[in-house]
Amino acid sequence: MSELRQEAEAIAEQFSDHTDVDPDDVEERLETLVDEYRVPLDEASRSVTNSYLEDAGMERDELGRGGSEEVLVDDIDEDEQWVDLRVELVDLWEPRSDSISQVGLLGDESGTIKFVAFETSDLPELTEGQAYELSNVVTDEYEGSYSVKLNRTTQITEIDEEIEIGDNADTVEGALVDIQSGSGLIKRCPEEDCTRVLQNGRCSEHGQVEGEFDLRIKGVLDDGETVSEVIFDREATEKLTGMSLEEAKDMAMDALDTTVVAEEMGEDVLGRYYRVTGPTFGRYVLVDEMEDPGTVDVESALIEARSI
Amino acid sequence: MSQSAPTREVARRVFASEFNDAGYTFTESDDERAPVYALLPTGESSNRVFFVGTLTEKEDVGEDSEYWRGRIVDPTGTFFVYAGQYQPEAASKLRDLEPPAYVAVVGKPRTYETDDGTVRVSVRPESITEVDAATRDRWVAETARRTVERVAAFDDEGNEYARMAREEYDLDPETYKAAALSALEDLDDSGDELAGDDPDPAGTPEP
Repeated sequence: MSELRQEAEAIAEQFSDHTDVDPDDVEERLETLVDEYRVPLDEASRSVTNSYLEDAGMERDELGRGGSEEVLVDDIDEDEQWVDLRVELVDLWEPRSDSISQVGLLGDESGTIKFVAFETSDLPELTEGQAYELSNVVTDEYEGSYSVKLNRTTQITEIDEEIEIGDNADTVEGALVDIQSGSGLIKRCPEEDCTRVLQNGRCSEHGQVEGEFDLRIKGVLDDGETVSEVIFDREATEKLTGMSLEEAKDMAMDALDTTVVAEEMGEDVLGRYYRVTGPTFGRYVLVDEMEDPGTVDVESALIEARSI
Repeated sequence: MSQSAPTREVARRVFASEFNDAGYTFTESDDERAPVYALLPTGESSNRVFFVGTLTEKEDVGEDSEYWRGRIVDPTGTFFVYAGQYQPEAASKLRDLEPPAYVAVVGKPRTYETDDGTVRVSVRPESITEVDAATRDRWVAETARRTVERVAAFDDEGNEYARMAREEYDLDPETYKAAALSALEDLDDSGDELAGDDPDPAGTPEP
């Protein structure tokens, strides 16, 4: 089958739920654009799709992409895919923009994923703790983490079911090769719901504020093949370094300098191997659990190395 | 659209014998700030390394200001580490450390040519920390594995760094594989001793 024919059938398939589109007709239109007018195939296919949309009086986001597939949230690993989900609304967050009607976290047995619904889509409001079948949602990717967008074609069906929410935590292992700036003893904005880290006593949202001390480590785990950025929150940092927030404050007070804390922590943790587990947020794995991988099993390492 | 964040260079795992042979450096673009890579003879680019070994000697070789040189030994050879005023934390660490000590080093490969034209490869450290023997053993096992993996992929089609290594070096990657396996075997032997397989010199009575 030619590339053109494949594309033609894919386009026809997208319209199959809505209107009758003949693949032969699509192929002919594509052929005209591609062969006669030298339009690249993807542009041609866009243009042909648009003309069918116009004929049918449809919006682009009404296209079903030939019926989407039910997937688990943790299996979502591609941008702009149309999928169906069976999920429970785990958490609702405060929308940061007027164009967003709802934003929060959906979960199924494989884990959780962020979702966004827009005002313009005119969808019924979702309720926390309720399970739904959502068909026709679109996946979205930002800096390696995935979310789903609801849109005007999304069908929302309440289902009477308890969904056990899974844990899609990632585990990464490697040597801690760097502690990034913004680690050690930090100050956070005290404003309600604002936890931004202050830069020179200033919050990027609320300006000059009296900050509250906190501990964290933004570190880099490196296994020789890939690097992973990880964040240890106060609890994880205290466990990792054995230094409490009070001790850190005393240390900074004695030195009249907060940076000594991160330096001191570096002495204890840089160059050591760790295995950490936690959810991924943006570029970072937020450390929930941490273990020292301990003594290496030389015998099995040897067997493995010889077998490569 | 999402824009990928600037990616951090991975720290390669390489034994001293191979690292010291990595005298050829290159960049991937004409930008004057483009990262410089040392070409590992097993066919990999390396802008950063991580290694663990025994600091056996340190010396301030600076003339006007402090410039510390450390010799750090692994099962195959010696890494040379240089830290001066632009690496203040690493320099002060080298000043304070008492050899012998197990140390972990994250750093960048640096090359320089001596008067007789030989290229020496050294490390400019980003961090040096004192670690324990378990960390050293883990590093040896990990580095042996990575080395063997690189050698196994050396003849793969499309392995451009292997192609580059064939052009730039006259070195047999198998020698690094042999050194890696032998480092791991030595670790295995010393493990047995600790487990009590050696003869009992104290002659403790039978139970």
